[in-house]
Amino acid sequence: MDTTAVQTPQSLTPKDFATDQEVRWCPGCGDYSILKQVQTVMPTLGIPRENIVIISGIGCSSRFPYYMNTYGMHSIHGRATAIASGLKACRPELSVWIVTGDGDGLSIGAGHMVHILRRNFDVNILLFNNQIYGLTKGQYSPTSEENKITKSTPYGSIDHPFNPAALALGADATFVARSMDRDPKHLQDMLKRAHAHKGASFLEIYQNCNIFNDGAFEIFTEKATKADETIFLEHGKPLLFGAQRNKGIRLDGLKPVVVSLDEGYSADDLWIHDEHDLYKAQMLVRLFDDPSVEGHFPRPFGVFYEAQRPSYEELMQQQIEAATGKYGVGDLDKLLAGSETWTIY
Amino acid sequence: MSTQTTVQQLRDVVIKFAGDSGDGMQLTGMQFTNNTALLGIDLSTFPDFPAEIRAPQGTLPGVSGFQLHFSSDPVYTPGDSCDVLVAMNAAALKANLKSLKKGGIIIANTDGFDAKNLRLANYPEGVNPLTDGSLDGYIVYEIDITKLTREALKDVDLGMKEKDRAKNMFVLGFLYWLYDRKMESTIHFLQEKFAKKPLILEGNLKALHAGYNYGDTTEAFTTRYRVERAKMPRGTYRSITGNQALALGLIAASQKSGLPLFLGSYPITPASDILHELSKHKNFGVRTFQAEDEIAGISSAIGASYGGCMGVTTTSGPGMALKTEAMGLAVMLEIPLLIIDIQRGGPSTGLPTKTEQSDLLQAYYGRNGECPMPVIAAATPSDCFSAVYEAFRIAVQYMTPVIFLSDGYIANGAEPWRFPKAADLPPIEVKFKTQLDEGEEKFMPYQRDERYVRPWAVPGTPGLEHRIGGLEKQHITGNVSYDPDNHQLMVKLRQAKVDAVADDIPLQTLDSGPESGDLLVLGWGSTYGAIKGAVKSLQQQGYAVAHAHLRYLRPFPKNLGEILRNYKQVLIPEINNGQLIKIIRDQFLIDAKGYHKIMGIPITKSELEEHIKSLLG
Repeated sequence: MDTTAVQTPQSLTPKDFATDQEVRWCPGCGDYSILKQVQTVMPTLGIPRENIVIISGIGCSSRFPYYMNTYGMHSIHGRATAIASGLKACRPELSVWIVTGDGDGLSIGAGHMVHILRRNFDVNILLFNNQIYGLTKGQYSPTSEENKITKSTPYGSIDHPFNPAALALGADATFVARSMDRDPKHLQDMLKRAHAHKGASFLEIYQNCNIFNDGAFEIFTEKATKADETIFLEHGKPLLFGAQRNKGIRLDGLKPVVVSLDEGYSADDLWIHDEHDLYKAQMLVRLFDDPSVEGHFPRPFGVFYEAQRPSYEELMQQQIEAATGKYGVGDLDKLLAGSETWTIY
Repeated sequence: MSTQTTVQQLRDVVIKFAGDSGDGMQLTGMQFTNNTALLGIDLSTFPDFPAEIRAPQGTLPGVSGFQLHFSSDPVYTPGDSCDVLVAMNAAALKANLKSLKKGGIIIANTDGFDAKNLRLANYPEGVNPLTDGSLDGYIVYEIDITKLTREALKDVDLGMKEKDRAKNMFVLGFLYWLYDRKMESTIHFLQEKFAKKPLILEGNLKALHAGYNYGDTTEAFTTRYRVERAKMPRGTYRSITGNQALALGLIAASQKSGLPLFLGSYPITPASDILHELSKHKNFGVRTFQAEDEIAGISSAIGASYGGCMGVTTTSGPGMALKTEAMGLAVMLEIPLLIIDIQRGGPSTGLPTKTEQSDLLQAYYGRNGECPMPVIAAATPSDCFSAVYEAFRIAVQYMTPVIFLSDGYIANGAEPWRFPKAADLPPIEVKFKTQLDEGEEKFMPYQRDERYVRPWAVPGTPGLEHRIGGLEKQHITGNVSYDPDNHQLMVKLRQAKVDAVADDIPLQTLDSGPESGDLLVLGWGSTYGAIKGAVKSLQQQGYAVAHAHLRYLRPFPKNLGEILRNYKQVLIPEINNGQLIKIIRDQFLIDAKGYHKIMGIPITKSELEEHIKSLLG
C-alpha cells in the first residue's frame, strides 16, 4: 500500500497534531521551531494521522514523539533507526519519521544510521544537529568543532568532527538535505521534500541549543551575516549568494571557487545545481569549512542530492511475492513433514 | 564373498565419525542418520566440530566429529562412549580413542596415518598406533580409503583434489554395507545436491558404491550388523535438529496466530541455522532481516512487534549480552517479543561451537532495573518445536518479551520427531485493540486487564494514536511519570504480570519415578536425556529416585515447591557452574545439591548415575 494514495478524509490542522503533554524543552530551544514546522507541514501531506509514526532515540530532540499526536515511540539511545527498520519492513504503508540528534544519530547510533541509509528504507530522518550534548548537560558531540571547550574537554576537544551530510552521502543515502531551525519556510519546504522522496531521506537541521552551545550557527542564521555565509541550493539554478546576490560559486575544472558577478562573471558562468549529480553532490557536501577562516565558502542549505533506488521493504515484499508465486502459499503440513518421513503402524 | 558373511542382530550402536574438519564428517554423519531414521530406528546425534572452518589440516584442534547413537530401544542421549570409531586420520583417532569402548571397532584410513599425519597428531617420532600394538584390544579395520577412492574414480574426469573429497562417500558406502542398509536415501540426496555438477555426482556415487562393494567383496569382513526398528508410538516421523524444529515452531505459531513473523538477527554460532532456515520460507510471509549487529537485530524485532507482527531475535550468549538494553525497552513497552538464545560456552567469545547451559542467570537477571520476563527452555531437539510455540503464545497473550533457551547440543543434535498435524496445534488467540470501547473517551495504553496485560494497539488504527517509550510510564495513561509511588506500583505490576503466567502453564510433572523418595533429580534443558537415562537405570536397580525436568523456568510451575519437598535430597545437574541451583535455593530455601560439568560437552548418563549413587550412599 502506498501512503501517498491514501487521502485524509477530513482536513487536519496543525492543532490536531499537538498533544496534551506539556512541552519540556528549555525556553528558547530551537526544538520549538522544528516542532512547529513539523506540526504545520503534517496536515498538508495528506496522510491519515494514524498512519504516521515518529520514532526517536534518546536526547533532547528525542522527546519529540510525546508532542506529536500520532503513533510514536521514544526508544533507547541510538536505536531509533533500527527499530524503524523493523517497523517499516513489516508495515510498508506507514509514514515513518525518525527524530534523532547529533549524539543519538551520529555517536551511539552511527552504526545503525549508515545501514538504514544504504538499505534505503522509505523513512524520513530528521537529525537535529546542535553540536553539543544537551540532555547530559554540555559535553562535546561528534559534530562539535575542534578545540571546543566543554565540561568534558576543559583543554579543548581533540576530536575531529563528522560532516553529517558527507557521511550520509558516503553511505549511499538517496536523499541528503540541510536546513535550520531559524528559517521556518525553508525548513517546511525541506520537510515536504523529505516526505515526498521515496527512500531514506536524511535531513540535517541546524538547531540552536541556547543553554550549552548558544549561537553555534549564528553566522548562518542572523540577518547580518546569513546572506553572505549561506547558499541556498535550488535544482537547476546557479549557486548564487550574498546580500546583493552578486556572489557565486563556479567550477574551475574540479575546483569550486567563489567569484563576484561584479568582476566580469555572469550567472551563466556559475555552477548550476543538479540534485541528481552524485559527483557534484560529493563536492557540495564538502563545502563545510570553518566560517572563521578567511576565504571560506558559504555553507550550503537545501537538497544536496536525490536519487531513485528501490526501498528495502519494497524488495522484501517482492521476494515474498515471488516465493509465493513459485511455491504457492505456504502449506504448514507439508513444511512440518519435510522431505523424508517414515510411518510406524 | 557376501554369501559367507553372517548378519548379527544388535540392539544398540554408537558410531563416531571423526576426521579433519574438511573431510565431510558432518555430512557423512547426517546421511547415515537419515538412513537410520527412515528405518524407524530410534536415534540421537551429537555433532562436535571446531570453531575454525578449516583448522590446520591433520591437527588435533582440526578434528571434526559426529556421534550417532541408534537403537531398537528408546534412545535418550547420543551415547556416553562409542562402539565404532571411524578415524580418517591419526588426529581423529587420538582425539577420540578414549571414548571408544574396549573391544570396539576402529575403521582407520591408513593414508591418514602417514609420517606427516602422525607428526601433526603429536605422536612421537616413529610411533604409529596402527602398528605398535597399542590398539590390540580393539577390532581394527585398516583401509586405504584415499587410494581405493582414487582407484574407483580413475575414469572420472576430476582433479585429484576433487576425487579425494569423495573419500567420505566411500566410508559411508562401507558403513551401509556393514550395517546392512540400502543406499537410496543418500543416492537421492547426492542427485539433488549435485544436479548441476554431473562429474561431482558421478564421483560421489562411484565412491559410495565402491565403499559398499569393498565390504561385500573383501574377505576380511565376515560379519554384518543389523539393528531392528525401535518400538516407537504409532505415527509418522521425520528426523529433525533443534534449530530446524525451532524454526518450524515459529512458522507454525505465526500461521496459527495469524501474526506475520519477523526475524531480526545477526549471524552467530550456534544460532545462525535458524536464520538460514527461516529465510527459505518466504512463502509463509516470513520476513528475515540480517541486521548490522545484535542490537539492531533485537531493535528491528521490537519495531516489528510494535507494528503488529511477531518480532523474534535469535542469538547466543555474547549477542544476548549486547541485546540487554533493548530487552529492557521491550519490558517497559510491554509488547510481545521472542529472544532466542542458543547457549554456548562462555564468558566472552568462550567456546563458540561447544555446548553449555551458560545463560540462565543472564536470562533471569541480566538487565538494568527490575526487569522480569518469562523464560522457557527446550529439553531435546524436537522439543524445540512445542516449547517455542508455547513461548510465542505467552509473549503474545501477556504482551511481554519471552526468553527462549536452547543450546549448541540441542541445536545441532538430531532425533526422530513424530510431527503434529497443523490442524491439531492449539490455537493462539491474538487480541488487537481496534477502537475505543463504549464510554472510553481517550485510549489508555497502560490500562490492564485482570491478568495485568495491557492492550495492543498498532499504528494504523484510527483514534488510538498514542506514544510509548523507555521512560517510566504512568499507570493507566502511559504518560511519562517520575512519581515515586507510581514507579513502585509499576515495578510491582510488571512483576505481577510475569508471575501471573504461572496460572496459565501446566503444573510440573515427574518425568519418571516415585512421587516421594530419597532423591529428585531436577533438570532443565539439554541434560534431559542423560538424566532420564541415569534415573531410569537407577530405578531398575531399586533406588527411589525421580526425575523432573523444567520447561518453564520463569515463572516456575506453581506446584514445584511442593514436589521439591517430597524428597530427602534434590540434585540439580547442570552444564555450568551452578545457575538453576541458585534460583531454586533462593525461591524455595532448600538445600539442593549441584553437579556441574563445565567442559563444553554434555553430562554422560554413566557419570551422573555414579554421582547419584554416591549421594545415596
